[in-house]
Parts: sequence; C-alpha cells; structure tokens
Amino acid sequence: MSFFHRHRGLTPYLLLGPGIAWLAVFFVVPLGFLAYQSLQSGNFDIGYAFTWSWGNYWHAIRDYHAQFVRSLEYAGLATVLALVISYPVAYWIAFRGGRWKNLLLLFIVAPFFVTYLIRTLAWETILSDNGFVVNTLQSLHVLGSSGRLLATSTAVVTGITYNFLPFMALPLYVSLEQIDGSLIEAAEDLYASKLHAFLRVTLPLSLPGVVAGTLLTFIPAAGDFINAQLLGSPENHMIGNVIQSKFLELTDYPAAASMSFILMAGILVAVAIYARIVGTEQLTGTAT
Amino acid sequence: MAVDERIQQSLERAAESSGTPDIRLDRITKSFGDIIAVDDLSLEIPRGSFFALLGPSGCGKTTTLRMIGGFEEPTAGLIYLGEREVSGTPPYKRDVNTVFQSYALFPHLSIFENVAFGLRRKGTRGGNLKGKVEEMLDLVQLSGYGKRKPRQLSGGQQQRVALARALVNSPRVLLLDEPLGALDLKLRKEMQLFIKRLQHDVGITFIHVTHDQEEAMTMADRIAVMNEGQIEQLGTPDELYERPQTAFVASFLGISNLLTGAVAGPDEVRLEDGTTVRVRNGSLNGRKGRVAVGIRPEKIRPDDHDPNRLPGKVKERAYIGVSTQYIVETPNGNITVVVLNDRPGTVPLGPGDRLTLSWDPEATFVVDSLEGSA
Repeated sequence: MSFFHRHRGLTPYLLLGPGIAWLAVFFVVPLGFLAYQSLQSGNFDIGYAFTWSWGNYWHAIRDYHAQFVRSLEYAGLATVLALVISYPVAYWIAFRGGRWKNLLLLFIVAPFFVTYLIRTLAWETILSDNGFVVNTLQSLHVLGSSGRLLATSTAVVTGITYNFLPFMALPLYVSLEQIDGSLIEAAEDLYASKLHAFLRVTLPLSLPGVVAGTLLTFIPAAGDFINAQLLGSPENHMIGNVIQSKFLELTDYPAAASMSFILMAGILVAVAIYARIVGTEQLTGTAT
Repeated sequence: MAVDERIQQSLERAAESSGTPDIRLDRITKSFGDIIAVDDLSLEIPRGSFFALLGPSGCGKTTTLRMIGGFEEPTAGLIYLGEREVSGTPPYKRDVNTVFQSYALFPHLSIFENVAFGLRRKGTRGGNLKGKVEEMLDLVQLSGYGKRKPRQLSGGQQQRVALARALVNSPRVLLLDEPLGALDLKLRKEMQLFIKRLQHDVGITFIHVTHDQEEAMTMADRIAVMNEGQIEQLGTPDELYERPQTAFVASFLGISNLLTGAVAGPDEVRLEDGTTVRVRNGSLNGRKGRVAVGIRPEKIRPDDHDPNRLPGKVKERAYIGVSTQYIVETPNGNITVVVLNDRPGTVPLGPGDRLTLSWDPEATFVVDSLEGSA
C-alpha cells in the first residue's frame, strides 16, 4: 500500500505491464522472427540462412497474386453479405427482442459451440452434389442438371459468411441496443418518416458497430483457408491455402513468411482506406 | 406527400375561429393489457394556453401526452388537433412537437443540425434555414453554440436546445414531458421561469407533464390534476389550491389538514370529538353524512382570534426561516400549522406547549371523506 502511495506515478505502468509483456512475448517476438525468416533462403534439407533475400517477396507476388486478390475479394464479399444478413437480425433483436433478447443472441452464437472444422464439414454435406440443396435447385432449374455448388466460389463465400457471421452480428447488436429509443421518437416527432428516422438517426448511430463488425469479419476472413479447402476447388484457393501448404507441406518457410507479411500489408492498406472513408471517429467508437 | 399535408394543416389552422380549442380529447381510453392507463378522459385545451397535466407517477399523464404526440394510439376515443381528428396519424404527420424527458438530442449531429432537423424535413433550405435556426438559438440564449455537439453542453443548455429544436417548427402545440426532471433545483427554478416567458413570447400552446405540483403551479395557467387515468380536477392554480374538490387534489397540491366529521346543519360540520365547526357558505354543496373539512396550514392561527377553534398541544416544531411549521396534536388528529416569522422577538412555542388553534370559515373547503386519509 505505502509503495503505491510513494510511487503513485508508477501505477499506470504497473497496470499496463502484463498487457505489454503479453504483446511483447506473443506478438512482437514472433512477428520479428517471421520477418527474419521471410528474408532467409535455402531449403528444408540443407537448412535456411539469413541472406536479405527480398526475392521471396517478389516471387510470392509474381506466382500467387491471383490468390492474394481472391482472398481480399472473397473476404470483402463475405463481409458485405454478413453485414446485409446480420443488420436486420441484430436490429430486430435489439428493438423487438424484448425479454427474449438473450435467448435470441444465444441462438446466433449456438452453432459456435461446435468446432470450426466440423461446422465447415457440415456445409460440405449440405452443398454436396447429391444433397437436398443441389437437387432442389436443379429441379427448380436454378442450377443445370450437371450444375453443382461444392467446389465453387459461391460455396467458399457462403462458408466464410456463415463462419464469421457472429463477429458481425454481435458488435452490431451492441451498438444498436445502446441507441435510446426516444431518439427515434424524436426524429419521427420532427417529421421524419420511419425510413428517414432510420437513415438519419439509427444508421449513423450504429456505425461504430458496423465498423467493428466489418473489421472483425474481414481481417480473419482474408487469412482463412479452411473454407476454400473444404468447400472450394484449387481454383478457389485463397492465400491462406498457399501459406498453409508452404509452411506445413512444402516446408518452404521463407516463402510462407513473406506471403504472411504481404497479406498483412494488404489488409492494413484495405483497413486504412476503409478508415479514411468512414472516419477514424467511427473506427475507435468515439462518435457518440 | 407529407409536406403537402402539413401545408394543408397550417392552412386549416389559419382558417379556424379563435374559439376552437387546439386540442380536444373526446373520451379517450388507453389500456396496456389488463392495465388501464387512461380511463375515459375528455379534455379541451384552449389555444395559446400553458396547460399542465399534474399527477403522481402512473396516473396516465405521460400516456395522455404520448397519445397527443402520436406515439401511442388510444384504445378508444378521439383526439382532435383543432378541427382535425388525428387517430391513426403517425407522429411525423402531426402538427405537434415534443420536448422529451431525456431531451433526446441527436448525439451525432451538431446543435445547429439538431435544431435544423425538423425544418430540413419540411423542405426549408439555404439562407432561410440558417436564419430560422440562428434566430431560435438566439431566443434560447445559445447563439454561437451551433457547431458544438450535444455532449459538450451542460444539462440546462441541452434542455434549451431541445426547446429550440421543437419550437423552430412553429407547431400548433408543444408537448413537454417532465422536461426539468434531470436538472438540479436551482437550475430547475430558472428554467421554469424561462419556459414560462418563452411560452408567453411565442404564443404557442404548451402542454406540460409533471409530477411536481410547485412546478405546475409556477408555470401553468391551467392545471389538470390526474389520478388513476382520470382527471380529478381542472382549474387555475389558485382554484386548485384554495378550492380542491377531492381529498386527492387537496393532499397532492400542498399540505392540507383534513378533519373528518358529519354534516350537522347548513354550513356546519360536527368533528369526531363533538366540536362543531363552520365551513364556507355553500361549500357543503348538498353533501350529507361523513365529510372532511380542509384547512391549509398557513390559514390556521395559533390563537383564538377566529370563530372555529380547537385546543391542541405542540408535538413538533420545525424552523424553516421564513416561517415555522408546527405539528399540533388535537382530539381530531394531528394538524399542521405554518406561522410566518414576520414579528421579530416573538418567543416561539415549543413541544409540549398547549395552545388554541383557530381559523376563519371562509378559509375552509369540504371534500368527500376518504377512508385512510389524514
């Protein structure tokens, strides 16, 4: 007690300590090691040596730019889909859920008590060539008689959307739930129709949730490989698949490390552009 | 299109004769499930008046206000704004604006944009819009605050923005839902006078909902005292205070001493201990049997000057500064007496002192005896 009284200025640093230590050990150190590894050359058999091998980066872009672009495309598409699906759901739970709110939220989270892999495998069954969905779509002539869903980009994007939906829905719910109902009444009192009240009051006030949800969905989705592997064909492979195979199957660590860095840079640029558009106030949630 | 409809409404407003009440409630009832919030209530609010709906929480006053605003629909009955019946008309098509209890300022918009919100929806643009908003901010003494966000303003300032945001639309009626509840006492007193002055200046009908009898009496020309979904009594502040018609009104507005007894003759009531007291001529109003005689604490003298007298013993004394309040034990129960401290050097009575209380029959009122009331 007296120690803290005498060194009151130290308290904030002591409180920050564990967090900083955690970040240092589990984020900064591995990241530094990855950077070091990405500039190595050699192979698994003869061993790797640090040679400032910038060529790893150029080769990654030259050989795999399609997968990079596809990753951002699929992740972006899945994020937009997740937003469009989650917003009405979150809105409904927040404003109409009443005493069922918590139960309804549990329903959104419930599938996630099952592991990621099993859930994605379930989609493989749902979308399989002789499955109910494909048969129905074929009989409705939405799909041709030899048409399929599995091993298409549709399946991969569907899987990603499904798997990351709660990361979108929960922040949206939180930001919508905080909106004081009397603000919407005030807008209607000031001659705004329900639609105008939504566009001018509810939507702007829910933007911090939209931003949090899109980031929480887009960032992990861009690095995902499970959905492309189980639901897609090699034409649908994302950069995550390439990194995974380079690391674990081909043991080409420098190539995998450099790709990880390129992916990270790509996501940072995408997020930076996004932040410029929506404003940093929304990004940190200080808008209200 | 809603804009045409509002132009239509203001034309109608101009064409009405000045005798048409701004608001007329015709036997409205509102129930939420088994609970009846407003029970067969009829009311007319004359144009240009400052009208208060006063009552304890749960008496239906806010529900009544919300039905006028269009946020609730009556279960039965009709609501007229001027000559137009508005049941089923959504809030955004009603010529009425509301000042909400929590102000409900839009946190993401500047003060200017908050005030401009209604005007923009009505299609006002450019210099006209700017002029109107700035004039209104000036009226509520907030010129120069337009660029700030609501959270940068104090409670009293936010309150004035809420007033400006509603009044800038020149509605037929302004609804105020407990607008001063969140302010501290000193600011509340200031705002009471400010809002009253504002109403006088703009000439718009104000309907004010409050549970604070002092606030209602300070601000309103006419007050409807509500209890259990019905209007107990409607009148000017002094009518309600001097001539309450029910025990509820008598005890809700200020302190009342209610002495129960039985009618003993024309203008005479025999109290429980056998003492006969005179009441104001005609105030029995044909009542028979058990009644309660009411006297306000400041109208009772601690001496035998007036014709109605009761012996008593001081039980408690509280010095309030401008006056001293005594609780006096009498054979008819405890009586509260307030004596103005306007004579320096008077030795105050203390607990245990015996005295005679007296009052003028003209200072009394009579209400039906209510079991369990003091």
